[in-house]
Order: sequence, then C-alpha cells, then structure tokens
Amino acid sequence: MCAGTDASAAHANTRALRLTKERVSLKTSIESIAGGDIVLKAENLTKQVSSPEGALTIVDNVSMDIRAGESVAIVGASGAGKSTLLALLAGLDTPTSGRVLLAGSDLTTLDEDGRARLRAERVGFVFQSFHLVPSLTALENVMLPLELAGRRDARSGAREALDRVGLKDRTGHYPRQLSGGEQQRVGMARAFVTQPAVLFADEPTGNLDTTTGARVTDLLFGLNLNSHTTVVLVTHDRTLASRCNRVLTMDSGRLVEA
Amino acid sequence: MKAALGLAMRMLGREWRSGELGVLLLALTVAVAALTGVGFLVNRVSLAVEQQATAVLAADLRLESVRAIDDAYLTEARKRGLRATRSSSVVSVVFLGEASQLSNVRAVGTEYPLRGEVGVSSEPFGVPTPMVAAPGPGEAWPESKLMATLGAKVGDRIAIGATDLRITRVLITRPDQGGNFSDFAPSVIISDADLATTRLLQPGSRASFAMLFAGDPAVVASFRTWLDSRKQRGERLLDINESSPQIKNAIDRAGRFLSLASLVAVLLCAIAVAMAARRYVQRHLDSVALMKTLGASRNFTLGVSLSQLLVIAVAAAVLGSAIGFLAQEWLLRALKGLLQADLPAPNWVPVGLGFITALALLAGFALPPLLQLSRVPAIRVLRRDVGPPPPLLWLAFGPAVAAVVFLIYWVVQDLRIFAGFVAGLAAFLVVLTLGGLLLVRLSGSLRGTVGVSWRYGIANLSRRRAESVVQIVAFGLGLMVLLLLAIVRNDLLADWRRSLPVDMPNYFFINIPPTERVAFQQFIEGEGATTSRALPMVRARLVGINGERLEDMKNLSARGEGFARRDQNITWQADLGDENRLVEGTWWTASDNGKPLVSIASEVQESLGLKLGDTMTFDVAGESYEARVASVRKVKWDSFKPNFFLVFPPGLLDDTAGTWMTSAYFNKQESRSIAALVRRFPSVSVFDLDDLLAQVRSVIDKAVLAVQSVFVFTLFAGLTVLLAAVQGSRDERRYESAMLRTLGASRRTVLKGVLAEFTTLGLLSGLLAAIGASVAGYLLARFVLEVSYGPDPWVWAIGLFGGAALVAFSGWLATRSVVNTPPVTTLRGG
Repeated sequence: MCAGTDASAAHANTRALRLTKERVSLKTSIESIAGGDIVLKAENLTKQVSSPEGALTIVDNVSMDIRAGESVAIVGASGAGKSTLLALLAGLDTPTSGRVLLAGSDLTTLDEDGRARLRAERVGFVFQSFHLVPSLTALENVMLPLELAGRRDARSGAREALDRVGLKDRTGHYPRQLSGGEQQRVGMARAFVTQPAVLFADEPTGNLDTTTGARVTDLLFGLNLNSHTTVVLVTHDRTLASRCNRVLTMDSGRLVEA
Repeated sequence: MKAALGLAMRMLGREWRSGELGVLLLALTVAVAALTGVGFLVNRVSLAVEQQATAVLAADLRLESVRAIDDAYLTEARKRGLRATRSSSVVSVVFLGEASQLSNVRAVGTEYPLRGEVGVSSEPFGVPTPMVAAPGPGEAWPESKLMATLGAKVGDRIAIGATDLRITRVLITRPDQGGNFSDFAPSVIISDADLATTRLLQPGSRASFAMLFAGDPAVVASFRTWLDSRKQRGERLLDINESSPQIKNAIDRAGRFLSLASLVAVLLCAIAVAMAARRYVQRHLDSVALMKTLGASRNFTLGVSLSQLLVIAVAAAVLGSAIGFLAQEWLLRALKGLLQADLPAPNWVPVGLGFITALALLAGFALPPLLQLSRVPAIRVLRRDVGPPPPLLWLAFGPAVAAVVFLIYWVVQDLRIFAGFVAGLAAFLVVLTLGGLLLVRLSGSLRGTVGVSWRYGIANLSRRRAESVVQIVAFGLGLMVLLLLAIVRNDLLADWRRSLPVDMPNYFFINIPPTERVAFQQFIEGEGATTSRALPMVRARLVGINGERLEDMKNLSARGEGFARRDQNITWQADLGDENRLVEGTWWTASDNGKPLVSIASEVQESLGLKLGDTMTFDVAGESYEARVASVRKVKWDSFKPNFFLVFPPGLLDDTAGTWMTSAYFNKQESRSIAALVRRFPSVSVFDLDDLLAQVRSVIDKAVLAVQSVFVFTLFAGLTVLLAAVQGSRDERRYESAMLRTLGASRRTVLKGVLAEFTTLGLLSGLLAAIGASVAGYLLARFVLEVSYGPDPWVWAIGLFGGAALVAFSGWLATRSVVNTPPVTTLRGG
C-alpha cells in the first residue's frame, strides 16, 4: 500500500520468525499448561432458532472444556454452526439450553450488560472482516477496549500493542489507509491490548491472501504464547487449525471429534 | 456515565474529522437557522406592527371618559415606571377676527404622543413632517380644514375660549385621529397648560377626557389589571386589541399566516432530523455492536450516542441561531427600500425557541432510533444480517407524535387551527403513503418497457420499497408546504389588495345639508373625484333595551357600556350594500318601509348581547323611537366606504333633521380642490382618510414583507431537507454504483439511472403535493384565514415539473460524488 508498509511488515515478520523459532519450546510449555485450570467450559449447549420450517437446531448439545493457555481450533463446513458456537462461548449470544462457564462465571446467569462487563475484563476478539471503527485511527481503535475498561493508560498501552504487531509507524492512519494485513494486525493489537484470558478469533485469515495470512497466523500464535492467552478460533484453514493444540470438528451443530 | 461522556467527546472529535457527523450537524443547523431566522424576523415585524398599532392610540393603553379622570391614575402609572400624559377634548368655537368655526379643542400634555408621531406642516394641506412633539404654552396647531375655514396662516393669533393663542404649525396628522367619525369637527391641539386659561371646561360643556400610558409591556399589562379593578363607571380602557378594526384584522391575519409558516419550518426540521438520525443509526450499528463485544453496556453505548447528539444539538442551535440572525439582517438590509422605518431590534425569544425546538426535535425524532441503536446485539459482529430488535410501536412513533403535537400547539396556540392542521397533515401523510406504495407497485410493470438506465432507476424504487415510500412522503410533504405557502400567500395578498383598491375613498364628507346634497355631489364630481353612494345620517342615543332603561341595566360589558353612552350615527337605507353580509335574520323589503325595524352590526350584537327580536329604544333629536332587531350584519369595515353600526329601513326616520354623508377619492395632487370645497360648503365636515390609510398600508406592507421572507426561509429549509433525504441512501448507492461500474456500466449510465429514479420520485411527490396543497389551500383560505380562494393551474405545473426537477437536481447533487468514486475504492471498503 504505502512506502512504509513493506518495512513494517518486514519488521513484523522478523519478530514473527523469532517467535516461530521459539514455538517448539513454548509448545512444550503449553502442553504442560494443558493440565491446568479450565478457563472455558460448555455444558450441553444447544441453540435453536425459528424458521419457516419450524425450529432449527444450529448448535446441538455441545459440551467441552478448554484449559488456560490452550489453543483450540473449531473447524467444519459452512453452516456447521462454528460461528454460532463461538458466539455462545463468548457470550455474544445466549443458548436455548445448556450453559457456558467463562473464567469461572456462568454466562447464562448474566444479563447482556453483565456479559459485556465480563468480556471487557477477560475476553479479546479477532474477526474475519477486522471490524475496525472506520472513523478512528489505528491507535484510537486499539485504545477503544482500554477506554471501555476505564483505563487511564489507554494511549501508551495502545502504542505498545501496535509496536508489538509492527505498526508503530501507522498509529495515525485510518483503516481505509491500511492494507488488509495491516488492518488485521491492528485488530490483533486491539484483541491483545487488554491481556485477555480468552481470545476468540473468527476466521482471522479468511480475508487475507496466503502469504499475509501466514504472517498474521505467526503473529497470532506469537502473541498468544507471549501473553499466555487461551485462543479459541473458528477457521476453514487447515494449516491454521493444525497449529493449535487441539482441533474440534463440527458437523450439523454437533462436535464430532474432540 | 462520566466515562461514556468522556469517550463520546473524544470520539466526537475523531468522528467529526472523518466527516461522519457533518450531515446531522448540517441538517440541524439549517433547520435551526431557518426557524430562528423566521423567528427573529417575525419577532421584529411583530414588534413593529405592535408599535405601529399602538401609535393609533398614541399610547399602549388609553383610558377615556366623558368626565374628568382622577389624577391618581397618572401618579400610579408613573410610580410603576410608565410614561403617562393626558389629552382632553372640548367642542368650542374658534375665532380669527370675524371668521369662526366649531372645533374640537384638544389639550395635550408635553409628552404627547407616547406612541407614534404627529405630522405638521407650515401650510394647510401641506406635506407633513413627522415629529414627536406637542404645542408649547401659548401655541396652537390647527388642522388644515380649520385653517382654510378661518383663512388663517401660520403666525396668526386665534381666540379659543377666554385666551388667544398663536398658530405656530399646521397639524396634518396625529396618531390618535382614528376612524371615529364623531370627530368630524376640525381639531386644534393646544398645550394642556393653556386649558385652564381658556375656561372652556364648564359644567355642561361637551368634553371628553383621556389618559395615555406607555412603557414596558409587562408593566403595562399589570397596570391594566390594576386600572381595570379601579376604573369608574363610564371610564373605558382601550388597548391595541380594541383600536381600529383594520389594524386588528391585519395583525390577526399576519399572525395566523406567520404561525402557519413557522409550522412548516418546524415540520421540515423534524423531517431533516429524522432522516439524519436514521443515517446516524445506520452508520453506527457496527460500531455499537463492536463496543458491546469489547465490553460496553447498553447504557454506555446509549450515553455515548446521546452525548454526541446533545453536543451537536447545542452546536447546531448556536450556529443556526447565529446564521438565522445574520440571514434576517441581510434580508432586511436587502429589502430596506420597502420599509418605511427601521424595524426595532429583536428580543432573545427566538434563540430560546431555537434551543427548545432543537431539543424537542431530537427527543422526538432522534431519541427513538438511538434507543434502537443501543439495542443492537453484540452478535452483529459475527452476523451482519442481525440488526436491533423491532421497536415497540409507541416507542417508535410516540415521541415523534408528542414532539410534533407539542411544537404545533406551541406555535399556533389555537385549538381550531391545530386540529385542522393535524387532521390535514395526517390525511396527507396517508394519501402520500398510499401513493408511494402505488408507485412502487406500478414500477415493477414499467421495468420491462424502458431502457437500462430507467430500469435501474425504477428497480431501485421497487427494491427499496419502504425507503422509497419514506422519501416520497418526505419530498411530497416538503413540496406541499412550499406550494401551500404560495397558494395561501397569493390568496392573502390578493384579498388584501382587493380590500385596499388603488382608488379607494380617501375623504369622507359628513354634515352635508339635505338642501346642498345635489350641489355638493355635482361639485366633487366636477373636480374629477370618484364618489361612493351618499347616505343620510342622524345622531341618536340608545336609551333602552327590551323596555328596560339603559341606566338601570347592570350587566353591560365595558365595551357595551361605552357603546351605549356615546351618541351613535345612524342611517336608513333600502339596500344591504356590498360591504355588508347578513349573518342572522332577513333584510327588509319595500313592504317593510316605515316599520320600526333595525339592522345591527355584529359588533353591536356582541357588545350589548342582543338577539333577533329584541327591541332597542333610541332618542333621536328628543323623540323616542323603538325598533325591533330584524337582522345582524357582518360589516367589512376595511372597505373604507360609508357603513353604519345601526341601519333602519327607509320611511321611519326620513323626517328627522338629518344630514348626508359620502366618501370620495381625490388625487392627492389636487388638494387645492379640497380647500375650494371647504370654502364653497363651509358646513360640510371633511375627514381625511389618507393618513389612516397610510398607517394601514404600512402595517400590511410589513406583514407582507414578513410573509415573503418566511417563504424564502421555508424554501431554503425545504431544499435542505430534500438534500438530507437523498443523503440517507448514499451508502447503499455508493456500493451499487461500484458494482454496476465493475460490471461494465459507464458513469453516464449509472448517473442516468440515478436521475431516472429521482425524477420519478419527484413527479409522484409533485403530483401528490399539488393535490394536497390545493385541497389544504382551499380549506385554509376558506375557514382559517377567511379570504377567497382561487384555483391556480401553476400549482400543478410547478408541483409536477418543479418537483421532478428539484428532486432530480438534489439527487444528482447528493449522489454525484457517489457515482464519481472509483469502484475499487468502494469495493475495498474505503
């Protein structure tokens, strides 16, 4: 896109490569974590919606445990219910039955504002279509979750996060002035800036070409290892899924492989 | 909430830099500018009209009596900070050597006149120089007619009662000469200080007394209340509402029309705000869902939006008021030649009006969509098809209806106009909505028969069905009010023009002896004057109603009492006359000649509480006459033709010692023939209407100026709303344009499609607006403004073609940049 893009991407790649080299040893440490506390738990989770043909079950009696520091990929065909499951796990949607325990809190007992509070404190998001606020600069987008959490150090914290994803020279740019890869890196800086307990990612590489997608993936796992965040991602990308500790496959709303 | 406010302010700056809130601010600012511009102008013109009207009384408040008035009133008024003075009048003969003339000697205080100006000259019938002044001690200012009769010139000394006074000026006009024909003897004004030395005030002398008060309106109002409770029997209070009926009619009409015009501006504001708010909500659905995903509560997101809108409202109110003030200043400067005098400075009421209106419109039209916005679920970040849940019906429309009702009633303050306006508006909205739906339905069948651009344009209407109907309703309403203003304005002006024809009588002649009547008429026709019919006139006094003596009646209203205590001029005639309309009873025929019947004006009926069949007893030259009320007439007093409160059938009073009266139009350049007429017929009283007419014309001119200005402001507001409406669909259009151009459509084809869509919208809106405006115009003219209605084919032509052109042009203007955006920029999401 701009002259500075290549330089910052190279910088990010260097960091990502370094992080990749550390992957093996860190993976070992994650495996040791796998025996740790359960940070996300789903019990008999079901989501039905009404349709002209009657009730449609999108998520069907799903149960799972995800431990702190673990990375889990949810894969499956389009319409299998992956995104709906992600929304239920993150408290963006409410289940028809069953319950979700996130960082010790039962989401089904919380109202909308309660779930939002919990997300502000413990959850980060990365989206396929980035979801940056178009009227805010890169820095302001990253500041947003810190401001929502009432943090006074929003600006310095956001600068640091952008530096970590190799975008310290792009802080004043609006989303429309950034390439897709850069926008997703801003999205990741925003997701990690609050040091969340759980990071949910919905097709984080879905809108990116293979090379950019690979760089973003490296960055995602690098940040994940550095901050010991639990990662739950939904993807069609088998390569991305293979880098997770665990892969769950969904078919017609059910987990068929755990 | 503090965090939300802080974030809102930080985001406001950022969003402003990215141009997000520009449309909303523009819509509100223009709306407030239009409203306050109208407000300032109306305010200033109203103040001018009021001042002009109070000038007719020479005061804000006037107390009249046939007995001397207690000085305590003067003391009290002055104690309250009002200006106050006296004006006494006594009928006496004035001498210059051997020449003499019965005159009204008016003694006025040094502060006279408290409102308005006297016009003086150095020669009889000369061009008046306006000034605020009264004669000093030892001075006399006779009227032209008195000067002519006496053969006097400035510098002569005239004898008034027991004293001699020197003529220093000729009185041409005075503000309180009014339309009271009992003043037919020529006047001379002298100083109040000289009244005692004339020794004219003796028991039995024909005198009347007045006290004049003026000052701050609130103080005048409270003083009026005080005076009302203390005034003695026979003392009559007059304020602007009871002064001459012509002025009151002009103010009433102007007030009603300007109220309606303000309402239009208010409604256009509402449309603009609703559209801008809708766009704001559409643009913020994703941001709010994202904020919720990142942890913001519903109240937090609502607080952010509300804070931003409030800041915008305040900014728009300040900016809009400033622009409104400057706009009306500019307009007044541009039209300065039309004004007879500078308008008074406005007060700050319009600014308050601007603020309250901005807040009311936001509360009514922006709050419901904002509440909806705050209900958008967080899951929208994953599923873009998810929007906020459907609004509750009362929440979607309740605040808007409440805001409109509040604003309309606040502006018109009249239940009848309010009801008519609301009913008309509701009916029009239903018709427009049905018409819009019909168009959308029909457009489907047209798609196969037109070229690609029109197909694209019409398909757009069909696909965005709800949006199309909303736009048709908005355009239609905007157009209708503009057309309606034009219709009503034309009818109003035409009616005023009709009521004040160029050759309307400018002189009244009273006291024409029956023996000289024919010669008199021949004389004035020989001078080239146009005359109206001549009518007999007799002085009479009402002495009883339904057999009860008037002095024993306790329940007379103040106005009724004033009427009853004065001598009345009565007439008899066979024909009703063009300026009279029967509202009750029947007019007499030849067989009723000589029967004891009387026809009364509606003002008399209201003042005395009379009904058909009641009997009235009159004293006419010492003889008692009893007559039954046979009919009630509505008199068009502003025709300036001879008309009477009390009319009798021919044959009843013919033998009484009456005189005749007539009116005529004299070219002002030939004022010498008036002087010749006065010398030829010395007993005839000449009443010069020109000054009174000039006052009425001046008031009407000001009202017309206000009407036209309001029209300009409203036109501008309407155009802005049209642009705001087109802006509402910009985002969708940007995407569609990019898609079409990617598929190979030329920029020209896309532009033609846009023009086709907006032209069709404009045509239908224009058609419905022309129908609506014609019907509403008829109803308003007929029942509210009480003027005659003339159908105008231009309304249809302008509605259809003007509407199509206006909407197409606005659409082109607003979508030009959309079409010009390179497709790649849009498809990348830029």
